[in-house]
Amino acid sequence: MTTTAASSPGGVTGPGVAVELTELTRVYAGGVRALDGLTLHMAPGEFIALLGPSGCGKTTALRCLAGLEDPDSGSVVVGGRDLTHVPTNKRDMGMVFQAYSLFPHMTARQNVEFGLELRKQDKATRAKRAADMLDLVGLSKQADRFAHQMSGGQQQRVALARALAIEPQVLLLDEPLSALDAKVRTQLRDEIRRIQLEVGTTTLFVTHDQEEALAVADRVGVMNAGRLEQLAAPAELYSAPVSEFVADFVGVTNRVRAEVGDDGAHVWGGVVPLLPGSAGRGAAVLLVRPEAVVIEGGEANATVVSSSFLGGHGKVVTTTDDGDRVVVQVSNAEVTAHAPGDRVRLRPRGDRALAVAP
Amino acid sequence: MAQRAALRRKQTTFRWVVVGLVMAFFALPMVAAFEFTIRARGAEGGYDAKTWQTLLDFGTLAESYPDLAKGIVASLLLAVVTVVIMLVLLVPTMTWVRLRLPGMSRLVEFICLLPLTVPAIVLVVGLTPVYAWVIYLLSGATVWLSFAYVILVLPYAYRALDAGLRAIDVKTLSEAARSLGASWFTVMWRVVLPNLRTAVLSASFLSVALVLGEFTIANLFAYKNLQVAMYLLGKSDSKISVAVGLAALAFAFIILFAMSFVGSRRERKS
Ligand SMILES: Nc1ncnc2c1ncn2[C@@H]1O[C@H](COP(=O)(O)OP(=O)(O)O)[C@@H](O)[C@H]1O
Ligand SMILES: [Mg+2]
Repeated sequence: MTTTAASSPGGVTGPGVAVELTELTRVYAGGVRALDGLTLHMAPGEFIALLGPSGCGKTTALRCLAGLEDPDSGSVVVGGRDLTHVPTNKRDMGMVFQAYSLFPHMTARQNVEFGLELRKQDKATRAKRAADMLDLVGLSKQADRFAHQMSGGQQQRVALARALAIEPQVLLLDEPLSALDAKVRTQLRDEIRRIQLEVGTTTLFVTHDQEEALAVADRVGVMNAGRLEQLAAPAELYSAPVSEFVADFVGVTNRVRAEVGDDGAHVWGGVVPLLPGSAGRGAAVLLVRPEAVVIEGGEANATVVSSSFLGGHGKVVTTTDDGDRVVVQVSNAEVTAHAPGDRVRLRPRGDRALAVAP
Repeated sequence: MAQRAALRRKQTTFRWVVVGLVMAFFALPMVAAFEFTIRARGAEGGYDAKTWQTLLDFGTLAESYPDLAKGIVASLLLAVVTVVIMLVLLVPTMTWVRLRLPGMSRLVEFICLLPLTVPAIVLVVGLTPVYAWVIYLLSGATVWLSFAYVILVLPYAYRALDAGLRAIDVKTLSEAARSLGASWFTVMWRVVLPNLRTAVLSASFLSVALVLGEFTIANLFAYKNLQVAMYLLGKSDSKISVAVGLAALAFAFIILFAMSFVGSRRERKS
């Protein structure tokens, strides 16, 4: 996926370009280190989601790439060109903001045409392009509406069309869905991905919602305190987190007392192979996913606290005899089999996991 | 129930009586002034429209009352120049402060509201040396009085523009425009100003009304604007002076009316 999207099947924009953010540092007045040596390389046409808790510097990173914020040190290179000191309006970046950003005095069409007008394109070309773009986001019929006549989701679609109309080098999205309600959010999220694949523009998508990030991106970059903690494909991020922070932030994680030996971590009488970066020999805390734990017969080592349905599967919450709270993912059939107070035996399934110092 | 209805009716009546009284209180001097302007000259009494005919025919007015005509022209010119300077000064500054120097907004507000607390006479004393230079470097033309008037209208214009800027997300809009390739000038001209239309109009109308009614500073600096001319004329030909006063009042009234019209139309739209 990473590189195949580089050529543009839809032919709407040119092929994507590579983006290299290197050692970016940004300290705000007041001493907040929003970026602390952030390095992020994007392949041409790649869709990267920047994920992290609020305040970790995602927006600042995106704004540095857009030129809306000047990094104190480090460089921004796009398509082989150093843009670190190039002003925003000369960078060719399409942006969609968290806040609604359509120009209120212009119709959807005029909004989309704005960037083309600035590029001195003639009227016919502009009209054609605007119509294409509105069509791409499915809003051809709303072309003559003003922002206040459209729903939030529609406004963000127009903003996306406006950003793409200028054939940007890079598409930047800063939590564009967070003001929308849940249903529109997933719908538009999938649509953004479809459109990105169609136009092939290198895209940076900032979000604090892990589900959103995992669903749309080729690779997800998890940020923590101004640095990139891990950059990996969604599946890898989930199954092979490099740090406690990533394991905690992406998905649900159980923290279980374990003993690390040469062959892996020993827990509940089983052995779990360890991921690189795990703690060395001795007592440790093992980070185990709910689906990497099985409930089976045999000598009990935990007590059921509760069990519930979650739709496609269920979960059983237990407390081990060691005092750890462990969530186990089970099939729907198993949910009813475990009542609170039942004694059960937990066993690790054997997936690789991360062990950290207790 | 019936008792309460009766009470409410009584209250309504009372309210209208109060409103009527207040209106009469304000209208009476104007009616009296109007009556005075249409009184025929000469001993036999009666009414005619001669004064108003003179006033509405600028050619005759300029012939028979050259100072007054000059004052009217000077004041209109002052109003326009003041509005232009005020807008050029305030709109980019206030936008920039919002975008880049949010920490300065309190200071800017303080400075802009300061003239409210300074009496005109103090302003004149302070400005005297400045105007010595203005006269020396530029000329003694009345239009330079607009520098002082810009200071005078600052608080009102600031308030109006501030309300307008609050109503839009200047930061996001200008960043969106920048990312699409707009220069700062384009951002101001194509994005910020069109969305401040109502605020710019209010600020301008207020400034015009203020400038047309200004007397103290012009008089103390010995410039002849409309009000000063009216005052001087009032000593020799009170009828035309009073008529001009009424006309100026009507003009200001129309402006304020237009302003509330513009404002309410905007509200209906959003
Ligand atoms: N203009 C600013 N001035 C001072 N501090 C800021 C400014 N913008 C962001 N910060 C701080 O920088 C840190 C990172 O902010 P941001 O990049 O917006 O995080 P995120 O988008 O991940 O929530 C936060 O602690 C925030 O408070
Ligand atoms: Mg943010």
